[in-house]
Amino acid sequence: MATSKVIERKPLTFAEKTFLPQIATGLKTTFGNMLKKPITLQYPEERPVIPDNYRGVPTLVKDPNGREKCVSCQLCEFVCPPKAIRITPGEIDPEAEPDRAHVEKAPQEFEINMLRCIYCGFCEEVCPEEAIYLQDVFSLSGYSREEMINKKDKLYELGGTLPDQHFKWDKKKAAELEGNPEH
Amino acid sequence: MSANGTSEMITINLDGNEVEVPKGANAIEAAKLHGKEIPHYCYHPKLSIAGNCRMCLIEMGMPMRDRGTGEAILDEKGVQKIGWGPKPVIGCATNVAPGMHLRTNSETVKEARNGVTEFLLINHPLDCPICDQAGECRLQEFSADHGRGYSRFIEDKNVKPKRTVLGPRVTLDDERCILCSRCVRFSQEVAKDDVLGFVDRGTYSTLTCYPGKELANNYSLNTVDICPVGALTSSDFRFKMRVWFLKRTNSICTESSVGANTTVWSREGKIYRITPRRNDAVNDTWMTDSGRDCFKPYESEDRLTQYTVDGVHQSPEVAAQAAAKLLAAGSVAVVASAHSTVEEQFIVQGIVKETGASVSLVKHEGDGDGILLSEDRSPNLRGALLNGLIAELPGADLSSLSAQVDSGAVKTLLVLHEDLTQLGLSEAQLKTVQIIYLGAFANAVSQVAQVVIPSLSVFEKAGSFVNQNFRLQKFAPAVPGPRGLVAELGVLAMMEAKLREDSLQVLTIEQVWSRMGEGEGAFAGLAWQKIPDEGLKLEAGSLAQLDFVESKNLKYDPATPEAAEALPA
Ligand code: SF4
Ligand code: SF4
Ligand code: SF4
Ligand code: SF4
Ligand code: FES
Repeated sequence: MATSKVIERKPLTFAEKTFLPQIATGLKTTFGNMLKKPITLQYPEERPVIPDNYRGVPTLVKDPNGREKCVSCQLCEFVCPPKAIRITPGEIDPEAEPDRAHVEKAPQEFEINMLRCIYCGFCEEVCPEEAIYLQDVFSLSGYSREEMINKKDKLYELGGTLPDQHFKWDKKKAAELEGNPEH
Repeated sequence: MSANGTSEMITINLDGNEVEVPKGANAIEAAKLHGKEIPHYCYHPKLSIAGNCRMCLIEMGMPMRDRGTGEAILDEKGVQKIGWGPKPVIGCATNVAPGMHLRTNSETVKEARNGVTEFLLINHPLDCPICDQAGECRLQEFSADHGRGYSRFIEDKNVKPKRTVLGPRVTLDDERCILCSRCVRFSQEVAKDDVLGFVDRGTYSTLTCYPGKELANNYSLNTVDICPVGALTSSDFRFKMRVWFLKRTNSICTESSVGANTTVWSREGKIYRITPRRNDAVNDTWMTDSGRDCFKPYESEDRLTQYTVDGVHQSPEVAAQAAAKLLAAGSVAVVASAHSTVEEQFIVQGIVKETGASVSLVKHEGDGDGILLSEDRSPNLRGALLNGLIAELPGADLSSLSAQVDSGAVKTLLVLHEDLTQLGLSEAQLKTVQIIYLGAFANAVSQVAQVVIPSLSVFEKAGSFVNQNFRLQKFAPAVPGPRGLVAELGVLAMMEAKLREDSLQVLTIEQVWSRMGEGEGAFAGLAWQKIPDEGLKLEAGSLAQLDFVESKNLKYDPATPEAAEALPA
């Protein structure tokens, strides 16, 4: 059989009956927040600070000389888990670009399907030429599926130029010009 | 050298286990038989031994004997002692002998491999991202196994010529060459066109063409195949696609009656390259350059892609019925083809039996080169003979058919692949008969034909051919055909079924083979699944007496057509 227990309620004190202390605490929170720096952003007028290791939209970058870094090795295409990347490799025309002829290979077309990309960053990790980076672009929209496929031009436009530590191909070119001194 | 065809087995001790290996095999082949890989670059089973890369170093020992008396020297336990060589030896030039002991994985051996790898990488460019060999590069693979992962070489690397055009189809990158000399030996020994060689000494050694010559022979692309690194590259395949994306399909080269075994490399329905597949009875590990282009005509615009009856686009079933109706009217002549597969020829033979048609077939010949290009430029003439389509060797044109058309004895023609206007029939003659044309390309015949049945290429269907040595070899589809097309075997089978008033509609290749296996003759008792990947030698019977056009080549000898396959390479 259920037993019931009678809880004794204390009568309200005078202060409580006036509600003033509660109003005061409530207003304290309100005024406190009015004076604090706001946490929310007025997006899109205001933009958040993106940390360096942020994984945004994958982009292609150029070296400080403004040359294309990607050599279309297709490793990123291979590693991409959702198969978002599609590359058509091509040969650099030595006549048209004599200063880059020694690189031999560059993408004819490079597509990243942003409806497929899962922003995993594997492409950046695998790239032997440090040519593909997930940078700070996080907002991407389009009216059609085709628009959501980033083509080579768009990828370079988004990517811009990043500093380079190696200048691998410049060194190769220098060695080629110098030849074998002892020979 | 390899087993040399001998079956005599001897016992050696491989890494502590007693194993049976063929007498005379070298250590690399012997170890391979027992699942152990001895890394190597310069050794190639079909070329002479050069022993210059030193990657295959192993330890070798023989049971010890007293020099004076010849008595076995025993240790304390009474077991014969092993006299291990003081230094490792190269496995490619070490032929096994009874009782020989080999260590393929000891610390010394590993050290030796690591050392060789480090030396090879000293001057090697860091080209893998732009190197076509990446993914199938022996140096890349063995560097992963035996390399140290970083370089102790702080000096400047050697610079050598890059992008040298050696010939119309081969481009050389000298920096990547590891001087294994496989390409040099191939040019001398197999292609018999000695144009490659090394100049300069030491680390400056450079592969080059003899001045004023070029690597232009019809076997030049084999050097690309056997180059263990990315030094020799195919100008055609260069930078087209990474090999790890490509799907491999076993196929047979249709260029000539040699029937070289090939691998077709494709991705998403597009063929990127064709390379030879090893078959010691047919083509060793080689094929012609010209055979590698066989897929290109099928990418052309003038391919037939629609079944038509009287110029109207129809389904394959309707086309087959219309064709059967024309054939059922009688006065039929069939122009068969040695480019059809064995199965298609079998069904065509069935149609011939039902209609009482006369059969003609024309030969396609060219110059042979005595290696892997024979005079008979059709892949399946032997198949037509074995199927009973023809009883003797075909002629060069169709003059007798032409006479029959003129006299009105022939009212309906079933033409497979051939362009009759090239073979002695005029367009005016073609207009006087009803024509059913089956072929891949539009031509003068397809334009006037009542029924047009587009056919698939060898890369798009399954089937088999019988080569110059009466070897039955099958191939698998590598890529899908043009949209809406079915293999012509199915359409022919529908036509035949209709003629026999059989309810049986489409036959699969297995079903065709079960019918072929029930019959008499060379295919009796066979089944599609029973044809092994390396092919099956058929009984030629009396057909072997025919005076075939092929002259002596790598695996064929007209004097002894039966035994020729067994000729040593
Ligand atoms: S971030 Fe991941 S999913 Fe997106 S393109 Fe790169 S590898 Fe593919
Ligand atoms: S972005 Fe990098 S990994 Fe991708 S193809 Fe270009 S070089 Fe290769
Ligand atoms: S030859 Fe092999 S190791 Fe050398 S660059 Fe090419 S893939 Fe890399
Ligand atoms: S080009 Fe290739 S096959 Fe020829 S020697 Fe150099 S590494 Fe060997
Ligand atoms: S494979 Fe033996 S030395 Fe090259």
